[in-house]
Amino acid sequence: MARIEAEIGKPQGGFMKWIDDRFPLTKTMKKHVTEYYASKNFNFWYVFGVLAMVVLVIQLLTGIFLTMNYKPSAAEAFASVEYIMRDVEWGWLIRYMHSTGASFFFIVVYLHMFRAMLYGSYKKPRELIWIIGMLIFLVLMAEAFSGYLLPWGQMSYWGAQVIISLFGAVPWIGEALVEIIRGDYSISDITLNRFFALHVIALPLALIGLVFVHIVALHEVGSNNPDGIEIKELKGADGIPLDGVAFHPYHTSKDLVAIIVFLMFFCAVVFFAPEMGGYFLEHANFEPANLTATPEHIAPVWYFTPFYAILRAVPDKLWGFILFGLSVILPLFLPWLDRARVKSIRYRGWIYKAALTIFVITFFALGWLGTQSADPVYVRAAQFFAIIYFAFFILMPYYTTIDKTKPVPERVVYHD
Amino acid sequence: MTEDDLDRNRRHFLVVATAVTGAVGAGFVAVPFISSLKPSARAQALGAPVEVPIGSLEPGEMVKVLWRGRLVYILRRTEEMLSRLSDNADKLRDPDSEEVDQQPGYAANSTRSVRPEYLVIEGSCTHLGCAPLMDFEVRPAEGWSGGFFCPCHGSKFDLAGRVFKGVPAPTNLRVPPHRFVRDDLILIGQDTGAA
Repeated sequence: MARIEAEIGKPQGGFMKWIDDRFPLTKTMKKHVTEYYASKNFNFWYVFGVLAMVVLVIQLLTGIFLTMNYKPSAAEAFASVEYIMRDVEWGWLIRYMHSTGASFFFIVVYLHMFRAMLYGSYKKPRELIWIIGMLIFLVLMAEAFSGYLLPWGQMSYWGAQVIISLFGAVPWIGEALVEIIRGDYSISDITLNRFFALHVIALPLALIGLVFVHIVALHEVGSNNPDGIEIKELKGADGIPLDGVAFHPYHTSKDLVAIIVFLMFFCAVVFFAPEMGGYFLEHANFEPANLTATPEHIAPVWYFTPFYAILRAVPDKLWGFILFGLSVILPLFLPWLDRARVKSIRYRGWIYKAALTIFVITFFALGWLGTQSADPVYVRAAQFFAIIYFAFFILMPYYTTIDKTKPVPERVVYHD
Repeated sequence: MTEDDLDRNRRHFLVVATAVTGAVGAGFVAVPFISSLKPSARAQALGAPVEVPIGSLEPGEMVKVLWRGRLVYILRRTEEMLSRLSDNADKLRDPDSEEVDQQPGYAANSTRSVRPEYLVIEGSCTHLGCAPLMDFEVRPAEGWSGGFFCPCHGSKFDLAGRVFKGVPAPTNLRVPPHRFVRDDLILIGQDTGAA
């Protein structure tokens, strides 16, 4: 049989071989999926990378469908969103998925970043993965911010006013910079139109590109694990790390469970609390933009409030801008601020554990304060927590050096 | 060609020359793209001056108008309001309007106005651009003699739009270019041949 086929020149190995001769499909699948070995002791904290990808897909998909009915003009934007909500079949579902997806994106990404802080995933040799991840976070912030202007509600308009005005604090070029961002003397139709372009083309492209290199860099050095052990250092006779199991089917099946649980939470919010008491969709944004009146109480969406609280805590425009920017950027330097010899919190001393606990409390406190009014009491509190926030990073080289660490075992700790 | 034949200086020169030419070209191409982000001709045309009739404005009353999409407040101050302007000189950051960019020369006076009665200021907090609220009630217990309060980040201004110390706003509220066409008509956005 085979001989006859060879004689008549029929390709052998079927369709896959035909592809593989022309495109590294099987090779890529092996390298990144079926023969990508990640530690077998992954825990709860290791599902958020995959979940972030799921949310990205939800946002891209729902975003495309929203674009089909949305009109990026100051005269029509607000009404077109209402049109999607009322007249487009299932439009409300698609929009609520998108607006809920925005908040869930940040929930998942914050947890993903916290995982890195727990287990030292940003430390050598994964510095570049962390830096790319921080760039993803910055693009995500820009994506969320530009998207929030699009419904052209009161909070869209005044929130953008506040954040764009921030750039006016840059010495010398501030005013010109603000004019270039807005494309007008105030936030207008022109600003809305260009934010739409950024939100649906430029930033998503950047986001996808960065996510791609984030994963390429991850697969080059391999995933960290809750013990912070380099599993590649101990390989079996077959060249496979002793503590590693293939991404597919082992990790994927665990991720599938996580995705299902995640979607349960996601759907619960989409169906029963899409506004989330004003935290996911702010009440003031149900009113069209009014250029003559700032809402009495103006606050960004919850995921920006920790940084916003820091901005508001500083009674000076330029310093407010600098410290606000610094609070966002500082985590980028974690790989070099953290001097501990061990990666995982499991083998660190009490000092880092205490510092990280205080940091989490501080982050939540700042986040809450950022949603409150600019009452002097709250501003004082925000100043207090802002100092702790910066101290966590700036003092890190010191306290991670003196912190007593425990010996790290050779193999990952595996619980039955 | 062997390694010995290689003219490294020549190769280096060509690499640098190509890179520099490319960079200059990219720089030139960047100009139209960045320029396209600036306010367009239409946006500039829409920024034309606006006329505001003020004949019916009672003392103590304020109107809000839009000029270039920016909010402008016109407040007709009472004699009493004007007399209180000197109350807080030591608590203000720039009581004498020395910051040149914040008002045209003709408004750099003690009342920051062309005619003391009429205060014309942009209703855009110099911190981050929120619209300050009017709070004209005098509360001596708080040391407040009336003025503007920004709800966003708590900046405070007096009845001439002068900023208080210790608030995030760095400068006084901006006085836009304006002139009185008649006693009952203000032109905002243009001041040639006036003041």
